[in-house]
Amino acid sequence: MNIVWLSLIILAVLTAAVRGTMPEISKAAFTSATTAVELSLGLIGAMSLFLGLMRVAQDAGLVQALARLLRPLFRFLFPSVPQDHPALGAIALNLGANMLGLGDAATPMGLKAMQELQTLNPSQDTATDAMCTFLALNSSSVQLVPAVVIGLRAAAGSQNPSEIILAAILATSCSTLVAVASARLFSRMPYFKKSESQPGGGAQ
Amino acid sequence: MKEFFQAASNWVVPLLLVGIPLFAFAVKRVKVYESFIEGAKEGFWIGVKIIPYLVAILVAIGMFRASGAMGLLVAALRPVTGLIGFPPEALPVALLRPLSGSGTLGLISDLFQTFGPDSFIGRLVSVIEGSTETTFYVLAIYFGSISVRKARYALPASLLGDLTGVAAAFIVCSLLF
Repeated sequence: MNIVWLSLIILAVLTAAVRGTMPEISKAAFTSATTAVELSLGLIGAMSLFLGLMRVAQDAGLVQALARLLRPLFRFLFPSVPQDHPALGAIALNLGANMLGLGDAATPMGLKAMQELQTLNPSQDTATDAMCTFLALNSSSVQLVPAVVIGLRAAAGSQNPSEIILAAILATSCSTLVAVASARLFSRMPYFKKSESQPGGGAQ
Repeated sequence: MKEFFQAASNWVVPLLLVGIPLFAFAVKRVKVYESFIEGAKEGFWIGVKIIPYLVAILVAIGMFRASGAMGLLVAALRPVTGLIGFPPEALPVALLRPLSGSGTLGLISDLFQTFGPDSFIGRLVSVIEGSTETTFYVLAIYFGSISVRKARYALPASLLGDLTGVAAAFIVCSLLF
């Protein structure tokens, strides 16, 4: 992450120096910072709503029931998480919301899942294998119906806006499989070994 | 089909909002209001906690996009993607996708205007959008919310997933359309 972050900024400044876009990038730095804060604060509403709803579902035992249903899958994906851990319930809800294309609901559940996974983490500033797998799952998109782009297609006058659904499901299955498989593979590589990660090293 | 999905997505959230508390209250005797408040309390702090992480990554991405470095990257990759017949017009979408969700949608809208949503390019970028995620944003908020700074292999694994999504989108679109 250190290298990626620094590279983005260095490339930006170098390109700006050559192209004379310096005023644009300094303006972009400030507007992006403002956008970041607005986005974070904007999340609070949906976050509170869905975390509230999730607590009700938890108290009613619904979340645990869902997690039990998915137990075989979770045992394979997150072998380090105990079977009845609340993290698995939150992960189940996050994946469910993602599949249905409910981004507003998926993010709060995902963050809740991360908090629960953090309770199992021996070194609080370093990601565990379960966290990395969960992130890879989430960032590879598991949604079945890409509602946003279908809406965009409809607005642009497509004859059949939803014709891409099958193709998207096929492509997203590939991306999810590869993301999870490579997470599993990387977790075994000495370079990414958790115990050996020193400040700055092994934590790209 | 389209109407069904739209109707379904309109119904899901309200049904959850009424179904879960009703079941909890009627069947499990949960004090639903108190329970909701207890859960909702956490929302605020999570939102505040992710601010520094999101500022860091969005500033870097914002500067990168504003500098025009994306254009250079596209130009550099074009010969490679040209070899396999990947349309050069779709390349910026694939590259921007992990960095910016709204930026990607803007590019896709432009391509819909130019080529039409039912062209090969239109379909390809639709599938790319549907099969990948805004990886950098997801990473910043998911790890930021728990103050994890060392992401280990999460980014390379996720980016490999994104790359696969783009490649698979191209192959599937070539076969289906």
